[in-house]
Amino acid sequence: MTTRLIYFAWVRERIGMPEEDVELPAGIDTVADLLRWLQSRGEGYEHALQYPDVIRVAINQEHVDHREKISGAREIALFPPMTGG
Amino acid sequence: MSAVLVPTVRIQRQDFDVAAEIAGLTQGRADIGAVVTFSGLCRDEQGALSALELEHYPGMAEAEIGRIATEAVQRWPLQGLTVIHRHGKVRPGENIVLVVAASAHRQAAFEAANFLMDYLKSRAPFWKKEHRTDGSEGGWVEAKEADAQAAGRWKSPSE
Repeated sequence: MTTRLIYFAWVRERIGMPEEDVELPAGIDTVADLLRWLQSRGEGYEHALQYPDVIRVAINQEHVDHREKISGAREIALFPPMTGG
Repeated sequence: MSAVLVPTVRIQRQDFDVAAEIAGLTQGRADIGAVVTFSGLCRDEQGALSALELEHYPGMAEAEIGRIATEAVQRWPLQGLTVIHRHGKVRPGENIVLVVAASAHRQAAFEAANFLMDYLKSRAPFWKKEHRTDGSEGGWVEAKEADAQAAGRWKSPSE
């Protein structure tokens, strides 16, 4: 299944693109697994995700924590802590 | 028994008119006794900042602020609630965010507006990038631990 990954703010800048469609390999069950896998995809990803604890994640446009299962997610967004308001 | 209030949430590039938004909630009504308005503006940081660029997550920004506003309506007896958040480039002195809460008595309106702002700061998917007057890129504004703690104080003990 294809999953759309969306990046914002400095996560987007460091990875070097606003979004991409990926085929997740077997064994990527949780958000934490996804972050680990992405880190291995190149320098930009490594730089963006070197401190995974600070990365905030939304699945299908709702906040989730890193233990959340990602099965069935259409859209997963990765971004820094928010600074709205 | 009146129908459950549906909050108004708008995410927009253009500025907003604070007086018009208040009037939009109160016009033609005689049951509102209190309106609390919070506006957040862009500061110039002692002349160092030329603009803030607000990036947002279209779709989720509306949805998340909608969820926060709906929670406010469930927690406090409000008669009107409007939340507007701008995106794009905002210059010092310009508006960024507006919360207008209307209720019969002031306490509910004060608390709801306060709650909304605390949650917007730490949960609404917006990110601010600084543009500096010397032409350099100022970088991304860092989230403050104090904002996360401010949101935490609204949690009930069971959460």
